[in-house]
Amino acid sequence: MTALFVNGAKIDVDVEPDTPLLWALRENAGLTGTKYGCGIAQCGACTVHIDGQAVRSCSVTVGDAVGKKITTIEGLAQNGVLHRVQQAWIDHDVPQCGYCQSGMIMAVAALLSEKPNPSDHDIDNAITNICRCGTFQQVREAIHAAAKA
Amino acid sequence: MSNSIDIGRRGFLIGAASLGGGLALGLDIPFGAETATAAPLIKPEVNAWVVVKPDDTVIIRIARSEMGQGSLTGLAQLVAEELDCDWTKVTTEYPTPGESAARSRVWGDFSTGGSRGIRSSQDYVRKGGAVARAMLIQAAANEWSVPAKECRAEKGVITHAASGRSTSYGKVADAAAKLTPPTDVTLKDPRDWKIAGKGLLRLDTADKTTGKMIYGADVKLPGMLNAAIKACPVFGGKLASYDESKIANFKGVKKVVRVGDNAVAVVADTWWHAKTALDTLPIVWDEGPNAKTSSADTAKWLAEGLNDSQPAVTGNENGSAHAAIAKAPKVVEAVYSYPHQNHAAMEPLNATALYTPDRCEVWTGTQNGEAAFDAVVHASGLPAEKCDVHKTILGGGFGRKGFTDYVTQAVLIAKQLPGTPVKLLWSREEDMTQGKYHPVTQCKLTGAFDADNKLTALHIRISGQSILSTVRPQAVKNGVDPAVFQGLVSTGDAQIGYDVPNLLVEHSMRNPPVPPGFWRGVNINQNAIYLECFMDELAHATGEDPLAFRRKLMANHPKHLGVLEAVAARAGWDKPAPDGVHRGIAGYMGYGSYVAAVAEISVAQDDKIKIHRIVAATDPGYAVNPAQIERQIAGSFVYGLSALFHGAITTKDGRVEQENFDSYESMRLKDMPKVECIVMPSGGFWGGVGEPTICVAAPAVLNAYFAATGKRIRSVPLKNANIGFV
Repeated sequence: MTALFVNGAKIDVDVEPDTPLLWALRENAGLTGTKYGCGIAQCGACTVHIDGQAVRSCSVTVGDAVGKKITTIEGLAQNGVLHRVQQAWIDHDVPQCGYCQSGMIMAVAALLSEKPNPSDHDIDNAITNICRCGTFQQVREAIHAAAKA
Repeated sequence: MSNSIDIGRRGFLIGAASLGGGLALGLDIPFGAETATAAPLIKPEVNAWVVVKPDDTVIIRIARSEMGQGSLTGLAQLVAEELDCDWTKVTTEYPTPGESAARSRVWGDFSTGGSRGIRSSQDYVRKGGAVARAMLIQAAANEWSVPAKECRAEKGVITHAASGRSTSYGKVADAAAKLTPPTDVTLKDPRDWKIAGKGLLRLDTADKTTGKMIYGADVKLPGMLNAAIKACPVFGGKLASYDESKIANFKGVKKVVRVGDNAVAVVADTWWHAKTALDTLPIVWDEGPNAKTSSADTAKWLAEGLNDSQPAVTGNENGSAHAAIAKAPKVVEAVYSYPHQNHAAMEPLNATALYTPDRCEVWTGTQNGEAAFDAVVHASGLPAEKCDVHKTILGGGFGRKGFTDYVTQAVLIAKQLPGTPVKLLWSREEDMTQGKYHPVTQCKLTGAFDADNKLTALHIRISGQSILSTVRPQAVKNGVDPAVFQGLVSTGDAQIGYDVPNLLVEHSMRNPPVPPGFWRGVNINQNAIYLECFMDELAHATGEDPLAFRRKLMANHPKHLGVLEAVAARAGWDKPAPDGVHRGIAGYMGYGSYVAAVAEISVAQDDKIKIHRIVAATDPGYAVNPAQIERQIAGSFVYGLSALFHGAITTKDGRVEQENFDSYESMRLKDMPKVECIVMPSGGFWGGVGEPTICVAAPAVLNAYFAATGKRIRSVPLKNANIGFV
């Protein structure tokens, strides 16, 4: 058993240390909000926070995540209150199919914690997730709204 | 795991506006793994489309699939409009195809493609709402012993003004359900809509922001195993053998199984274990006759089909184009091409199957519930009444998930593990290399002018792949695949908007060994590039403004012209663009809707493009949810520009060369400008929304590129010409 600290709780997962964190979260911890899209850190659907930084969990091993603070989409809301990014996503009706949006939201939440009022240029550089439905227009709009919230 | 409880026992309840939009999965029926019978839909119902619960919650049944396009919300709006219920108390529910089959297909067609979700079911779902409303009012009238016509309903409350009485839908729903449905309901005039026609928020958003939404890939059943699969990488090839002794010691592996005649799957406790073992499994393929084919060979073969000496069929003709071209003082000719594309939905293909000798059930994201149901019946070998499909929300579809190959595979695997649920999930690599690809075509266009620079003839000769000849051969009569001519014909829901005295549109069918499929927009994607870029070439050949040139040919096509004029006006076509910025324009018709776009771009010296602005218009006849239509328009530009700049599936040695997003790139946020949407429903017809506007993205940008550089690009993707983004 390997102990991971996920969303403020210790979770024991029975996996080999070289298992990608993504699959330990989805299959062993049952946290399916983090999505598999490519497995090679291209699409960002699996983005989680490790010690506050946005990382692509398909390309981080469980071994490397041990002892670090992991936050998934399920842990973004605090005390039953949605994170301002989640709220902005709802207010601006951002998701279409929604499959990439967990990763998108996690990437945006990390951006805002680093740059509370990002410029369009900051957003361009930081948000590199793939969305095949093409929600980028609403994503940009909602990021600015969340920054002001 | 709460998810397994929810999914196992119920059809999905999707979206609960009254609960702040939360997905209410399986509200009240506990999971019992012992029995595998489908849970019934929520009862009692007023009619097949409408359930009203005692607390006045209204559950609207939606047969079409939701994959991001928003028709789940739109269809609910149409039913709710006629029902006159309280929108804040509306939730939705998917009936299953098995339940529909058992009730004489009461929910009609489940198929969700061709931008048909709303336009092909609007009439009967509205009637469903109107009938339910009439029954609810009649039930109240009966209770009060007053004529129904003296009662009125608003927001789920029925009132009888004369006696001052009122009641709610929830209170009379039981009585209403026992009444005989009226056969003569009158639908509202769309001008009187209060719920439909409004840009309401989607019903399925909240759980997409918290990770709670359950997609097919997230389904978990008690005792479930996971499967990873690999099919022969050469199309048409077969599985010869594999050596499972090499993975015997791999942790978690339960079984290695043949799947059909061309694939092998590893079944393990987790998908990661299954995939890791599969990657190591030695597999021998019988690659078959296509082992040496390549895109380069296909391109040569298609080019031969452009020659008039080769056989072809006619899709549209008036006058005599050949004769007019032969005697014309000025002729313009160009050859275009369009490659294979992969759908690359963000959620890779997957299906979860539970097979016992007595029953087979599948949980999957499918664009066609009934086709998936049919696949389960066939693959399981069980009677239809012992099968069912539980649809999940899809993580994208774009046409790929209307096919059922993955559903069949899941059942064939589960059949080899009776009583154990198995989730089959394709890797991204499998998804990329086992696609149903956008067809590959080339096109030679010839335009002829008289001495006064008037266009006298247009000859469009397409060479290449037919989707229908593979997917639906019965639709191909006398060698004519009508879909090949999408947007280039004179009747139907994708008509050409130009009158040319002598017109000939032909197709030389050439089908390479790459399985074709319907890809968002289907054949309007390449046909709009061919026609609309060539129109730009013709305009340039006469020295005319591209919009002015089109106007003269569109006098009899006011709706085609209407959207062009709208984008031109919004973009300020008659005024100069900002310094260094250049414009391109394109228009088209597809899926019953009229669409147009203006793109404004600048091109740096090293061929790096910046798209500054896109103005896009669509006239879909009626706009059920204008806010969602805007999102579909903007999103379709992302999809269309992904194909224009980055997308091409190529083959070598019979294999697809692109395996993941590193070699099959997609548009990113930084490269997308704002798409200014003009939704301009002119009424009187129902056009589609999800696909039409995708096709004007590429030609508008390509025409702007010509305006900026004087160079015509006639082959996509642009990355092949080393054209990228700033």
